[in-house]
Amino acid sequence: MSENPDLKGTSARAFHCDLVARAFSWIRPEPWGIHVVPADCWIDPARAVDRALVTHGHADHARGGHGQTFATPETLAIIKLRYATSDGAVPVAYHETITLPGGVKATWIPAGHVLGSAQILLEHAGERILVTGDFKRRPDPTCPPFEVTPCDVFITEATFGLPVFRHPPTQHEIAKLTDALAAEPERCVLVGAYALGKAQRVIAELRAAGHAQTIWLHGALEKMCRLYEDFGVDLGPLSLVSDAPSKDAMEGHVVLAPPSALNDRWSRRLPDPLTAMASGWMRVRQRARQRGVELPLIISDHADWDELTRTVTEVAPRETWITHGREEAMLRWCELHQKKARALALVGYEDEGGDD
Amino acid sequence: MEAFAALLDTLVYTRSRNAKIAALARYLRDTPDPDRGYALAALSDGLDFTAVKGSTIRALMRERVDPELWTLSRDYVGDSAETASLLWPEPEQVLGPPPTVAQAVDALAAMTRTTVATELPALLDRLDAEGRYALLKLATGAMRIGISARLAKTAFAQAFDVAIEDVEEHWHGQSPPYTALFDWAAHGAAPPDTENLPLFRPFMLAHAFEADDLDLDAYVAEWKWDGIRVQAVHAPGESGTGESRLYSRSGDDISASFPEIPASLDVPCVLDGELLVRGEAQGGKEGGAASFNALQQRLGRKTVSKKMLREAPAFVRLYDVLQIDGVDLRPLPWAQRREALESLLHRLDPERFDLSRLIDVPGFAELAALRENARDAAIEGVMLKRRDSPYVAGRKTGLWYKWKRDPLLIDCVLMYAQRGSGKRSSFYSDFTFGCWDGDPDGEGQLLPVGKAYFGFTDAELKDLDRHVRQHTVNRFGPVRETDKSLVFEVAFDSVHASARHKSGLAMRFPRIHRIRTDKPAHEADRIESLRALIRD
Repeated sequence: MSENPDLKGTSARAFHCDLVARAFSWIRPEPWGIHVVPADCWIDPARAVDRALVTHGHADHARGGHGQTFATPETLAIIKLRYATSDGAVPVAYHETITLPGGVKATWIPAGHVLGSAQILLEHAGERILVTGDFKRRPDPTCPPFEVTPCDVFITEATFGLPVFRHPPTQHEIAKLTDALAAEPERCVLVGAYALGKAQRVIAELRAAGHAQTIWLHGALEKMCRLYEDFGVDLGPLSLVSDAPSKDAMEGHVVLAPPSALNDRWSRRLPDPLTAMASGWMRVRQRARQRGVELPLIISDHADWDELTRTVTEVAPRETWITHGREEAMLRWCELHQKKARALALVGYEDEGGDD
Repeated sequence: MEAFAALLDTLVYTRSRNAKIAALARYLRDTPDPDRGYALAALSDGLDFTAVKGSTIRALMRERVDPELWTLSRDYVGDSAETASLLWPEPEQVLGPPPTVAQAVDALAAMTRTTVATELPALLDRLDAEGRYALLKLATGAMRIGISARLAKTAFAQAFDVAIEDVEEHWHGQSPPYTALFDWAAHGAAPPDTENLPLFRPFMLAHAFEADDLDLDAYVAEWKWDGIRVQAVHAPGESGTGESRLYSRSGDDISASFPEIPASLDVPCVLDGELLVRGEAQGGKEGGAASFNALQQRLGRKTVSKKMLREAPAFVRLYDVLQIDGVDLRPLPWAQRREALESLLHRLDPERFDLSRLIDVPGFAELAALRENARDAAIEGVMLKRRDSPYVAGRKTGLWYKWKRDPLLIDCVLMYAQRGSGKRSSFYSDFTFGCWDGDPDGEGQLLPVGKAYFGFTDAELKDLDRHVRQHTVNRFGPVRETDKSLVFEVAFDSVHASARHKSGLAMRFPRIHRIRTDKPAHEADRIESLRALIRD
């Protein structure tokens, strides 16, 4: 899953630690999270801490058991749904600035990744440090768009940090899905999509493309869809596969399931399903084939290569730090463009098969 | 090119054979000439463009992408053409419509080592990522998407609703873009003229014999030798100096693997027979043929060493003749063809061709008794052919029967299971089974001896799938190891010594005959019992 963290950030591009110590000494990347030292807060920590600032609700970023959890109301609702607790939850609205101990100011800014997702801007000692969490740049009907925010240190993800990852226009991929439905109306198209974010986005994009039919859901997706609806995201008519009166009822329809259910026994109750998967990884043929996917849909909630590099250019920070993903290629790009960068070697963020 | 690129991706992602055939058939129907012909050639045999190599693509990319980013990307994707298709810098403005397949083929064919550096980019600039992938695959001839010649012909037949046998007959000797072939199939023109070429003719095939009696006045009986069915052809050829070929049952040219056969044939004729290697395993000294295993050592080789030619010389045991001196004998009854074959024999090299003997028995009961003993002679079984039947392509009911000897049976223990593909992708349907090596009640271990994925009903498959899920002790990627509690009665045609398997054995056509839930695993067979059945 994760490569050896000790080997990241090669010596050729070694970061000059003394310099950092002077410049941004109040923030320390540790393998299990980013430590905001004067406030004794952690951003998306992989272990339980007293005070956590959380960017979004995916399990690799939002874990339970913290004393206090600062996050957007949407993210806190997602955490409550997943961990059945709201102990220590401190809601912070988008663009609201709170002051943490030690005089550190923190602001949650839309990241465009999933419902409630935010970048966290930290300000202290005249310096601005921005942590993106996960983000994307293209429009998403289920959450507000990413906002470019000037900063000194830009701490970014790089899940799709390889130049081969260029996600095609979303409408193009949605058309592939509706075309496949129309081509074989006696079958259904079973789309594998992660329960938080991707599933709702695929539904919302289908609705935006004029697809008004009932969409059938695997039971594992139901609650999150309802949560999105509670926050005002209209998902149109949804039904549970387990409530289907017969196989025939699902013919010619879209069925959504978590990726793990695609080739499982569960799928036997569907009418001759065509297996699709909505993920940025579908860009690479072999990856799609390995998962037995017959209709790859390149729909991602992460920035692709062009978005990543464009964002670094637009934000124009003094330094770019890369939390997780394919950081070698991003480091190389920064080097080619004379931008100062380093890899942080954080552990615990999902690289493959996670919530992308 | 867009339609071809879409087809290519459909074929890459589709698991089911029927769905692949349907996709290819749809493309062939909907696409005009000559695009569809070139596409067909590219998918089945590959087109060769000498100026474009894997290194050409790497060189083009070096000029456009940072080498470190290229290497990182290439390592991740695992395929140079695909990596290049994704990394290719999109041109600032549209540089013209995408080329058709035919335009791309013409352009690629005209490229030289010097012009390729400017002309290939010009094509790539007019395509999107999928189109670039298709073009680069087309250019380097490395499709590798599992389209066999047979599948391509089946799709062609399905597309135009013509008989696959006719497709096979007319396909041979045609070259891309197969315009004459499409004219015939799609537009009802006369089939291509191929009289003087050493072409493949579709085989006549047999049904399994399942009755318990047959009138031997109407049918003749013949041994079913255990080799591979071949067709040896000699014709004047385009030059008129004579050309010979050896074809496998699927119509593949296997002359290069068995050069001694075509080299020794100089009579214009089309012969049907069994390819065998000299030996004594089949039918003893008189039978004169080694086991299938001996032949297998020579299959699929592109070149053959002198040592192989000396130690495992091949020959054809003749069953039938389709053509002599340009005269088509196929409409004649079997008896007349047999006469013609017998009288042709003195014109053939006796070292490479002999006649498959007819079985002379007074009645069916005697034949049945002879067949019972076929196993000892290591022969596959008996063929029954209607004396008055013409030679017709394909499998026509009532004309030819194969009456295989009964299968061998052995009790094995289920060891590993793997998910199937297509409709079976949610089922554990590929089973590896083993026999005991040593005392099953003592220190004995199970040793895998074979793999089977058919022989059971759909209902049994559900039970097997459930058994695997409930008895899993280990997982290795897609493979599950079971607790080795279930016994299969495995049927198979023969077993051979094999250095490639840990057990030292290789079974032919193993299938699950019965599921022995009544039998405890320690009562399954020991490997010695299987070894004793080797007749190499």
